[in-house]
Amino acid sequence: MPDSVASSIILNGDPYPLPGDMRLTALLERLNMRRGRVAVEINREIVPKARYDATIVRAGDHVEIINFVGGG
Amino acid sequence: MQDTSFELGGRKFKSRLIVGTGKYRDFAETKAAVEESGAEIVTVAVRRVNITDRGKENLLDYLDPRRYQILPNTAGCFTAEEAIRTCRLAREVGVGELVKLEVIGNNRTLFPDVAATLEAARVLVKEGFKVMPYVTDDPVACLRLQEIGCVAVMPLAAPIGSGLGIRNPFNLAIIIEQAKVPVIVDAGVGTASDAAEAMELGCDGVLMNSAIAGAKDPLAMARAMKLAVEAGRLAYRAGRIERRLYATASSPLTGLIG
Repeated sequence: MPDSVASSIILNGDPYPLPGDMRLTALLERLNMRRGRVAVEINREIVPKARYDATIVRAGDHVEIINFVGGG
Repeated sequence: MQDTSFELGGRKFKSRLIVGTGKYRDFAETKAAVEESGAEIVTVAVRRVNITDRGKENLLDYLDPRRYQILPNTAGCFTAEEAIRTCRLAREVGVGELVKLEVIGNNRTLFPDVAATLEAARVLVKEGFKVMPYVTDDPVACLRLQEIGCVAVMPLAAPIGSGLGIRNPFNLAIIIEQAKVPVIVDAGVGTASDAAEAMELGCDGVLMNSAIAGAKDPLAMARAMKLAVEAGRLAYRAGRIERRLYATASSPLTGLIG
């Protein structure tokens, strides 16, 4: 199946196209992000790491993915 | 002279210097400076991941959380709500419960909003966070934060990044005298003597970022700060002589030639 844009989420404040609903684990893989380095909120709710597999990211979801950067 | 250990949130540390990881040229320089400083606790900021540059390296690839206690901060937060949200996200990364709480009240001075800091601290302590709040050098505010259950209080020496040094040693002395939790001077240190002065006053530790990262030679300054914190601590424990207006001779006044 072609990787066509079937839906879109708001990822870190900007629209982000997705081929369809997908597991959070799949989204993180798609973004090349390691679960030990990030934390995720979907619609302002934190998703515990243990639920990444069971959590489905759906069209219109507001997803925030954060990591640590240099700071004081 | 055996020093007492420095304990934060149930964990013991040898180094009393806490360093930030901002403003460095790259992660390699950050890592090298942290190593030179001898710090065991490093602060980091919590930010959105860069979606467009996926190959980007991660700070934790350079600062192993198994070796360093990672201390996420809430820099850039102007409300208690934002700070609480940031801490919850930071904890979910999985490096522990220790957080550096800062709720900024003014963009130009970066002075803390003390009321909002107290509000956020109350919520975070209840949620099991080990809270280390950045706060004004206000003895009453420090007492309140201690009563709430913060694991340390972190009064500023001077505005963040100002390098002005210890502007109010007398307030710090009062804060130290009444504290039952570690007092860590956070922000305002400009050079090694400032760090030594904080430790000589009896602070338990010093937290800094700009003074090292902004120096012409950050690695050399990191080492200078390590030595200054150690020297200041040792001088504090050694007990300095009293200040006197007039001289007291160091050499014997008897047996003079003549």
